[in-house]
Amino acid sequence: MAASENVLHVEHVTMQFGGVVAVNDLTLDVNKGEIVALIGPNGAGKTTAFNVITGVYQPTNGRVQFAGKTIIENHPKGKVKKNYMGDPALIYPGSIVKTPDKITQLGIARTFQNIRLFKAMTVFENVLIATHMRSKADVFSATFGVNHKEEMANRELAMELIDMVGLGDAADAMATSLPYGKQRRLEIARALATKPQLLLLDEPAAGMNPQETDELGEFIIKIKNDFDLTVFIIEHHMDLVMSISDRIYVLNFGKLIAQGSPAEIQKNQMVIDAYLGAGDTN
Amino acid sequence: MILMKNRFYSPDNAGGSKIAGREKAAAGAGGLVPGSSGHAYQKKADPNKKRNTILTIIAVVAVICLMAFYQKNSSDHSYAISIIERSAVYVVAATAMNLVTGFTGLFSLGAAGFMAIGAYTTAVLTIPVATRPSVYYMNGIAPWLENLSLPMPVAMILGGLIAAGFAALIGIPVLRLKSDYLAIATLGFSEIIRTILAAPMMDRITNGSYGLNNIPGFSNLFSPLIIAAICVAVIMLLLHSSYGRAFKAVRDDEVAAEAMGINLFRTKELSFVISSFFMGISGGMLALFMRSIDTKTFQITMTYNILLIVVLGGIGSITGSIIGAFLINGGQEWLRFLDEPLTVGGVTIPLFRPGFRMVIYSILLMVVVLFWRRGIMGDKEFSWSRLLGLFHRKPAKGGDQ
Repeated sequence: MAASENVLHVEHVTMQFGGVVAVNDLTLDVNKGEIVALIGPNGAGKTTAFNVITGVYQPTNGRVQFAGKTIIENHPKGKVKKNYMGDPALIYPGSIVKTPDKITQLGIARTFQNIRLFKAMTVFENVLIATHMRSKADVFSATFGVNHKEEMANRELAMELIDMVGLGDAADAMATSLPYGKQRRLEIARALATKPQLLLLDEPAAGMNPQETDELGEFIIKIKNDFDLTVFIIEHHMDLVMSISDRIYVLNFGKLIAQGSPAEIQKNQMVIDAYLGAGDTN
Repeated sequence: MILMKNRFYSPDNAGGSKIAGREKAAAGAGGLVPGSSGHAYQKKADPNKKRNTILTIIAVVAVICLMAFYQKNSSDHSYAISIIERSAVYVVAATAMNLVTGFTGLFSLGAAGFMAIGAYTTAVLTIPVATRPSVYYMNGIAPWLENLSLPMPVAMILGGLIAAGFAALIGIPVLRLKSDYLAIATLGFSEIIRTILAAPMMDRITNGSYGLNNIPGFSNLFSPLIIAAICVAVIMLLLHSSYGRAFKAVRDDEVAAEAMGINLFRTKELSFVISSFFMGISGGMLALFMRSIDTKTFQITMTYNILLIVVLGGIGSITGSIIGAFLINGGQEWLRFLDEPLTVGGVTIPLFRPGFRMVIYSILLMVVVLFWRRGIMGDKEFSWSRLLGLFHRKPAKGGDQ
């Protein structure tokens, strides 16, 4: 992918919890049509970065732009202002806070590291839920079935997605009854049902065996092409990361220590040290 | 939060067995042919659909005939009729509470307050104009209210709307709280509403501590039942719509629901307001059933009674709430013989005296909760297949299929 349209632009984002800096001055870019990976040892701040991008956490300082528009911006306030540990020269003026549901509506969908499916619902209902936010029906027309057409279209979309991730036969099973790997696929189907432009995958291969991991890699490339997506992925399986990513960012202790193509990252001494030093290569 | 989640909604523990059962049932029905995708989004047809429809029609006709019989001989069966009418009131209240507690995961204890609003609105607007001077003989009546009278259904709906309006206001600060804290806050608001209704400044509308009487009652047994049926039907339709699914999503996992683009506050507020609307309706029904009300009617015990029905019937099951309402209201009455002195062979058994009924009643409740941890229905709805399954379980174990 040659330099193209920017989808996600994270600028000097710092996330500080009390005296702990979970993400320190993170700047990165994800361009349209790319698969970009964010890697790093456990506790490096990868998921925190995702949580900032999706609005779960409000960053202490920094700015996040999506498709050229600023969606999140903040500067140190209140108690944190006094003991802010970042660079004071890089403090942002504005304060734009968006809740996660708003950010999903803008077109950023995500999956979770520790699968978060709706436990008391079937596979089908889990995916159908994601169509609610784009439904136009108000509560009265939805209750009395005036929006029948829309509801049917939503159901069809949900079923198509379930078929696509290979869960068509289990559509009426409870989500939690699925094996681990299938639950992860279901989460991806659910995220796709929100019709995103950018898909954030948080350790989608966790707990999968090598064969499942290979399949997942092909699957991610397939959905990226079929749905015209941009994918930003956190992953520990290095084989997967190296085979599917266009570019890789490496975090350690909240700080970006390297970025580049898979080949460059594999040779980078700092990355090797970070992984071996932390003793966690997975 | 964790404590409440487990007690009031625990999808995880019973999940395993229930899921396995469902899958087996679906596989047995022959609906899951591998590779037969396409229009699978339509639910697989139940092979017993015809039988179930017939059973439902028979049951409905039987209930209507029984009610018609009671209605025809209303003088002989006034006792049974009053139990049924009271149950109908509680069916609406319990279903409304279940909507918030069981389906949206908000542990709200504001029921009595919203019912009070509905009850007072209905009462004030339906007491016949001619009898008003005698009702308000102590304080007098507000001039604007003197000749303001509305038909019963309109007054009840207005009561529901006012309750919903209050809920919308209360919801803004309160729904940001979680579980136990939400319960305490709603409980407080319920008491505030009750106190306002009893305040001297409201005397010329609510008649203060004297309460309101001469409220016209239901003209027949069918009206409360029909009102209850309509309310339950609307709530069920709502729960089957995409909004209902959003409620359940918020209940199951708030973080995931938000990531699905569902606005937490708006969804909770919607559920809370709709629930309060039906609480208001059930309050109106209660006023019409009791024919005289005062603010003491709407103390916290009323909320607890409704909560008891919801928990006993099954949190997250509408049919459970209906069964619970009839069981609780019926049970209290059927055990009444325990309060009368009992003499066996010339010996008067000392236990049988006023108050003993409530002891037995409480013990029975404990037994039910011990044996059905998740209430009678759990989070499932009634189905003929399941009911008949209860009778067929043993032969099935023997070895068919």
